[in-house]
Amino acid sequence: MKVQKIKPEATSAPAVVTHELVRHFGKRVAVNGLNLEIQKGEIFSLLGTNGAGKTTSIKMLCCLLQPTSGTASLMGYDIRKEPDKIKEIIGVSPQETAITGHLNTKENLLLMGGVSGLSKQKSRDRAEELMHFMGLEDRKDQTRKLSGGMQRRLSIAMALMADPQILFLDEPTLGLDPHARRQVWEYIEKLRNDKTILLTTHYLEEADALSDHLAIIHEGRIIAEGTSQELKKRFSKMQNLKINTEYVPPQLPDMLKNKYVEHVAYNKGILEISAMKIDIYAVMDILRAQEVKINGIYLQEASLDDIFIKLTEKEVQE
Amino acid sequence: MRFLRLADRNIKEIYRDPISLLLGLFMPLIMLFLFSSMFKLAELDTFSPINLTPGVIIFSFSLIIMFSAVLLAKDRQSAFLIRLFTTPLTAWDYILAYILPFIPFALMQTAVCLLVGALLGAVYQQMIFALLVFLLMAFVCVSIGMIMGSLLTENQVSAVGSLFVVIISLFSGAWMDLKMVGGLFEKIGYALPFAHAVDVARAALKGTEFKDFSHSVFILLIYTVSLFFIAVASFLYAKRKK
Repeated sequence: MKVQKIKPEATSAPAVVTHELVRHFGKRVAVNGLNLEIQKGEIFSLLGTNGAGKTTSIKMLCCLLQPTSGTASLMGYDIRKEPDKIKEIIGVSPQETAITGHLNTKENLLLMGGVSGLSKQKSRDRAEELMHFMGLEDRKDQTRKLSGGMQRRLSIAMALMADPQILFLDEPTLGLDPHARRQVWEYIEKLRNDKTILLTTHYLEEADALSDHLAIIHEGRIIAEGTSQELKKRFSKMQNLKINTEYVPPQLPDMLKNKYVEHVAYNKGILEISAMKIDIYAVMDILRAQEVKINGIYLQEASLDDIFIKLTEKEVQE
Repeated sequence: MRFLRLADRNIKEIYRDPISLLLGLFMPLIMLFLFSSMFKLAELDTFSPINLTPGVIIFSFSLIIMFSAVLLAKDRQSAFLIRLFTTPLTAWDYILAYILPFIPFALMQTAVCLLVGALLGAVYQQMIFALLVFLLMAFVCVSIGMIMGSLLTENQVSAVGSLFVVIISLFSGAWMDLKMVGGLFEKIGYALPFAHAVDVARAALKGTEFKDFSHSVFILLIYTVSLFFIAVASFLYAKRKK
């Protein structure tokens, strides 16, 4: 690949800094005091359920939305005072595949080069580079006829046309099948260290696989932040107990929840219990007292999924 | 000149949709042939080629309202405009890029209709002046399209756009003499720019002196400037709202 690398700057100042960033939509608070620090050259994932505030956060950082309060800067440029400067250093791949259906792949890339101010020759060279880099063929077909995965890769390539220092990928693999998703991951992976990338996702495995750092956003606020390993370690005391049983009395989940555990769910013959430290004997006593027939039982340490579900439990239940 | 790259994209979007292109170019011609054949039967002055051709041209611009509105509404509803809003394009870049591509299309419609009108027997006098009127009306129609595209969804655009086709058809005086019909019909017709445009274009093509239709030209200019500024305001509103 021949994507131009950003020149590492002498200063070690973070690429993205936000301080108490807030955005209201009427009475609804979409982002509620967002504090982030993203280092240059890292892939940072903002992980959250639908409506958690991920896209609103990105829109504010891209100068598409004015924050209600708080501050943010990208490469030292203030999002309120210097939006024009910011637009020159960012590339954005929005949540929906924002391509022009009647143009072919190369024409879409040339369009982005043109509107970003690249000369015709530079646009052509850059388009060739990116098509090669992102595995896009120079086909005459209009892009509306391409597969979802190809369209998504083109969307990312379009965001890279102006060789941005910071790349925003809003749900880059949303709606893709697992194979296409992994292909997109491979291309994002290739950008590691070359670009500062902020990606939003609600796929936990995506954040786990790609991010140097990740933050879990819930109701517009960061509720956990760190590397994937750090988060797992921090919540490593959390355990999952899965019990294979054909019947669960209706009162049992509440009985367990009130006394011993934080999360109880019964689905398709599996009673799932999560807690920071499960007292298995106490749980077994309750199950026996309720005459629950146990066919199997196993205990596991928390995965990133468990941490995410636990931390955003209120929203998941809603 | 970044707007030229976006305008180039918009031109490709329009011209690579063959159904719209054929509809925009051939529907006016069908109307022209149809009504001129009625002239042969009934000899109604409205249907004479010199009167009919300008009317059909103004009517054909109703399709430009639809096309420009659909293009902008579609880009607004998809994330394409969001992507563009994160680039260094200025508000004027967008406005020029969404208006200019429709002007060659309007001129193409005009040229084809004038040519066919001439083949049917029309003899044109002040062609340049008539072309200027058609150009003004093209701006009026693209501005209306931009207002609709900025404020309405793609589905709403189809409905409201059809309404404009009916309005232009009824109140432009292309197929009937509004002064003869009179009453409310005439008042509504002359409160809108379309009937003025048809009258001025007819007068120009017949070689009538400017002072006889200067009033209508004045009204057309007011409409052109006002609608352009409303279109700009609507787009900026849509941009802010996005």
